Amino acid sequence: MLYFIEQCLNGVQLGMLLFLLAAGLTLVFGIMDLVNLAHGSLYMLGAYFAATFAILTGSFVAALVLAVAASLVAGMVLEVVAIRRLYGRSHLDHVLGTFGLLLFFNELVRLIWGPAGMTLPLPPQMLSAVEIIPGIYYPMYRLVIILATVAVAALLYLMVMRTRIGMLIRAGAANREMVAALGVNINLLYTLVFGLGAALAGFAGVMQAPILTVQIGMGENILILAFVVIIIGGIGSIRGAFVASLIVGLIDTLGRAFLPDMLHLALSTNAAATLGPALSSMSIYMLMAAVLIFRPEGLFPAASR
Amino acid sequence: MTSPLLQIDRLTRRFGGVIAADAITLDIPPGEFHAVIGPNGAGKTTLVGLLAGEVAPQEGAIRFERSDITRLPVYRRSRLGLARSFQISSLFSDFTALENVALATQAHRGHSFRFWRDARREAALHKPAQAALARVGLAARAHVRVDRMSHGERRQLEIAMALATTPRMLLLDEPMAGMGPEESAQMVATLRQLKGTMTILLIEHDMDAVFALADRITVLVYGRVIASGRPAAIKADAAVRQAYLGEKESSGHD
Amino acid sequence: MTASFDPPLEHAPVSRLNGRTAFIVVMLATLALLPVYTTLTGDSFVMTLFTRVLILALGAVSLNLIMGYGGMVSFGHAAYLGIGGYAVGILAKEGIGSGFVQWPVAIAVSALYALVVGVLSLRTRGVYFIMITLAFAQMIYYVAIGLERYGGDDGLTIYQRSGFGGLIDLNNKTVFYYLCFALLMAGIYLVSRLINSRFGLVIRGTRSNERRMRAIGFPTFRYKLVCFVIAGALCGLAGALLANHTSFISPALMHWTRSGDLIVMVVLGGLGSLFGPLIGAVAFLLLEEVLSRVTEYPDLILGPVLLLVAIYLHGGIEGLLQWRRHD
Repeated sequence: MLYFIEQCLNGVQLGMLLFLLAAGLTLVFGIMDLVNLAHGSLYMLGAYFAATFAILTGSFVAALVLAVAASLVAGMVLEVVAIRRLYGRSHLDHVLGTFGLLLFFNELVRLIWGPAGMTLPLPPQMLSAVEIIPGIYYPMYRLVIILATVAVAALLYLMVMRTRIGMLIRAGAANREMVAALGVNINLLYTLVFGLGAALAGFAGVMQAPILTVQIGMGENILILAFVVIIIGGIGSIRGAFVASLIVGLIDTLGRAFLPDMLHLALSTNAAATLGPALSSMSIYMLMAAVLIFRPEGLFPAASR
Repeated sequence: MTSPLLQIDRLTRRFGGVIAADAITLDIPPGEFHAVIGPNGAGKTTLVGLLAGEVAPQEGAIRFERSDITRLPVYRRSRLGLARSFQISSLFSDFTALENVALATQAHRGHSFRFWRDARREAALHKPAQAALARVGLAARAHVRVDRMSHGERRQLEIAMALATTPRMLLLDEPMAGMGPEESAQMVATLRQLKGTMTILLIEHDMDAVFALADRITVLVYGRVIASGRPAAIKADAAVRQAYLGEKESSGHD
Repeated sequence: MTASFDPPLEHAPVSRLNGRTAFIVVMLATLALLPVYTTLTGDSFVMTLFTRVLILALGAVSLNLIMGYGGMVSFGHAAYLGIGGYAVGILAKEGIGSGFVQWPVAIAVSALYALVVGVLSLRTRGVYFIMITLAFAQMIYYVAIGLERYGGDDGLTIYQRSGFGGLIDLNNKTVFYYLCFALLMAGIYLVSRLINSRFGLVIRGTRSNERRMRAIGFPTFRYKLVCFVIAGALCGLAGALLANHTSFISPALMHWTRSGDLIVMVVLGGLGSLFGPLIGAVAFLLLEEVLSRVTEYPDLILGPVLLLVAIYLHGGIEGLLQWRRHD
């Protein structure tokens, strides 16, 4: 039971990280109609920035703030230098171009930081475990991840729904020609939106770094998970991304934790041992397949697009 | 009394709070040339979508040759003999006019799970395609790529595509959209030649064309049929006049 | 929903375009005579490299069928390389070394997977389709990692190349090279017949304007599905060849970046052209080779090159050849 609750929380934690990535992706796609395979690279850069800043400053918090700022800047620079030349192109061109960027960033990281990966040590105050329910302990840092990411999600929601910039974003997603015609500096808006997506990705990268990984290519796997989230949740829908992220995070985590054992109950040891790991990694794709069959537009499809 | 070819029975479609089609009921006997007119925003586009199968109604039914086609997908309706043309030309722009029409012919000549023989040399496809092009006056432009054709030619090609599917009924969505006087006259001539040879439902703005061609006219306002009858009766109808005169004062757009 | 892309030029018979024809003829001749060169010079590395080129070109040809002619941008095509390869590898490990069994199984399982993925994803378009195909490829990648018995993440060595009785000895490098060449030519020929057949016209029409196709009476979904399955099956064959070539299978065969490589080859060579995939495969793999010799960080150059290709080089290399000739 303990284990179950712990895994559930881990699932929520993964879900929230996924949400940060998916939100950035969906914003960029919704507004600039651009599919960005290099989004995972920004997640990776966030983690690497933080690891470096942590060494330089000795403080986790400082590293976090600096890394997110650096991700924001990196995102905006990337948008101005490369991404904006892809607007209006076919999705194939987007895929090709951002794939090139992804390869470039992986190599760049290898050049600057070496192939071995880095570590970002847990902030010392968060090494302990917290008793969330009597008798049940959960690592404090993981709890912090959940709370921090939920806070960021809430801020994002407030920003998109309640501020002027957010209104521009929503309007741009619905009708970009109109927004441009209204005299809004659309180039600047796009740069900011892309930067925002990069900052969200970078933030996610930093937060997961102490417990998961800081290594080359770390962005790819989670990027594909983020795609699955968007497919399940519905393209262009932040709310859909939120719900789908939680579902995907929970199913993936719980699947990996419990499916092998459940298989052992049903199948022979050999079969279970062979199929277990394979099937548990398949669980979210099965979910995606189910959504595609029964509700292909996603759980919360955004209006037009 | 012959049963109607197309029976539209209390067809209703809402989009959020807007009623785009409000219990539209209409019978079209075979061979009739029927026009649907109405001010902008009247729901003509929605009606076409409902009849063609791109939009699903929330209430009501559509019967074609007495079978219920309300839930049939688009391609099945074409197979049954209901051909439509698009208001905004929807063609294969990187193919020639002949290739475009040949595809339409191909769709109705057996299946296309043939993987080996060169279909570009199939006379069974090209001859009917050429004939359809000739009927709309595009025979000379058969080998011109669509993206090099004029707007008027493309509108004619739209008709040819519909004809090539050997339909029982044509659903023409503003074929004269964007045409100048000369081209419109040509289109009217084409349509006049088609009149009587098959059942036609014409959605149009061009009043001259409508009154010149139609056997009966239906007037749609805010998704509802406000009048339906012979051209002379429609011209005299007070509600119709109100709708059009009233429409001139307000801005009203789709 | 955004419009699908158009290949830059309509498909024209090869004989009409001299510059391009000459280039292709020269390329084919070079490839055909390559083993002569390597036998004379004893440089077996070149043969190994170009065998790989031929095999991946076959994969690219299959992808071009759905992508270039069909407008279906699949980012999961390497899955079929993997499935074909694993079919050979798994059967070999279980004691079935006959190519007469392995290769048909490779093709059949690939076709089956393509059928499943196609049914689930072909009702979607554009970005959705790209993401879904990517996801399903990733899924099969993870499945392969989970197959402990067949090496899991480390992969599996294949000790015997597929046996064909006395018919053909795949252990002979030259023989294997020519087999790959022949199969590639056969694949290209197959595609050339397909695209002008009734079926091919439906596929190309669907790429051009699917809404129109439905309006004239085509049930486009089933045609796209069949096309998708054919492409998957053809790529499965390439996978079987690849497994034989490297005598090794691992999940890396179907890592999603491999799918990206295939897309690059198709685009580089020119979408929707018969020999484009081969040109693209040659160009891409040579570029990779050259870069990895020139620098320790080849992707620092390759990455931006791909970006530049995406931004500026619309018709791929074939497009360049065309442009020089007819404008």
